[in-house]
Formats: sequence, structure tokens, C-alpha cells
Amino acid sequence: MSVPRIALFGPAREAAGGPGGRVGGTTVGAVLAEAATMFGDGLVRILPTCRIWVNGEPADLSTPVAEEDEVAVLPPVSGG
Amino acid sequence: MTSTTPLEADDWVAVTGDTLPVAEMLTWATRPSCGAVVTFSGTVRDHAPGRDGVVSLEYEVFEEQAVTQLDAVVRAARSRWPQVERIAVLHRSGVLSVGEASVVVVVAAPHRAEAFDAARFCIDTVKTSVPIWKKETWAGGSDWSECSHEIVPPDRSVGADAR
Repeated sequence: MSVPRIALFGPAREAAGGPGGRVGGTTVGAVLAEAATMFGDGLVRILPTCRIWVNGEPADLSTPVAEEDEVAVLPPVSGG
Repeated sequence: MTSTTPLEADDWVAVTGDTLPVAEMLTWATRPSCGAVVTFSGTVRDHAPGRDGVVSLEYEVFEEQAVTQLDAVVRAARSRWPQVERIAVLHRSGVLSVGEASVVVVVAAPHRAEAFDAARFCIDTVKTSVPIWKKETWAGGSDWSECSHEIVPPDRSVGADAR
């Protein structure tokens, strides 16, 4: 089992109570499921609104991930 | 994350915690071959939808990717308006008070039409394509902005409809 890093931003970071960390899983979907268990209902509620990037590239639930990968959880953005 | 003026490049993008150097950006963009320099300055406003008395904003930035995305915004603008010569897009991070500039776009081109159009595209696309989040503090509390957009690549942003 690889343990990629999950990075949470903005409302997702706040809902989870922190910026993320190491979460086990070999696909984006598995990592998010494990993160939901670790970080709780706040994150679960916000996840459906988020886009997921792996190492800066858009990804989906089936995207494979390995130890060195970063899974970023991006809620709707509000820069400018 | 530096906002130092680029010495040779025609693009200047950065995310910085410092006050945005609007005058310096304008000087940098001005070229003998350009008859138009358009500046857009997005400033912190004292209200948001349903939120009166906004006093400050805090910008959270996905630092490793924000500059990459700003570069992609500039590339997308250049592919649409190849006549454009210089483009600067700088965005703030951290806490800002009402009246401070949170984002500044400067576009220099030979003629005003493409300078206006490219500047408009850049600011519209920054709002939908760069991983930055805004938290508002107002008289009634503090929360994330409700004016948010699902993040999309610059070529698929609303701003891409500009041309």
C-alpha cells in the first residue's frame, strides 16, 4: 500500500482541521475515501464540490497514485 | 514567489505577500512599439453579497501551482492576441485591508483593442483558473467567499469566451 500525500486548501483545509498529510491508497478514489475517514464529516460534505489534481494535473477517482504523489483537493476558487 | 521585475522576459507573473508594485508594472510594460498600456487593478471592497462592512480579506494560495497557472493564463492570452507585447499578472497572498490591490494585470500592445481584450481575458481567467481562495471578514463574521468558481484550465474558462 502506497501512502501518497494529500494537500487540502481553503474551505477543504478548514473543514478537515488541517492541511492534510499522508493518506494510504493506490488510486485517487481510495485516498479520498481514507481521507474522509481520517478527517471527518466536514471534509466529506465539501468533497463533492472539489476538483482533484495529482502533481498539478487534473485527475479523477480512477487515477493511480504512488508514494511520491501529491493529491490536491481544490474547492471552487475565489482569487482576484 | 518573487515580484522582482524580469530583466528580459515579456511576461511577469508572481504571487507575493508584498504590496503590488502597480507603478513599476506600468513602467515595465511601456514600450516604444506599444501605443496602449491597459492596467486592471482589483481592489479589496467593503462589501460582498450578503456581507456588509467587509474589513479585510485573506488569500490562501496553492503556492506550488499558482504561478504555473498564472503562466498558463498568460500563454492563453498570447495565443488569442499575438500582437500583445508585455503582460504582467501579479496576485497578493495573505491578509489585505479594504482599498489594497489584490490583483493587478498590465497589458501592453501596439493598439488599444487587443490591450483591453487581453487584459479582460487575463483577469477573468485568473478568477477561474488559479488555485487561490479568499476568506472575507465582515461585521457579521468571517467565512470563505461565496463568489467562487470550479477551477478550470485557462482554455476552458469563462474568459476564453471573450474571443
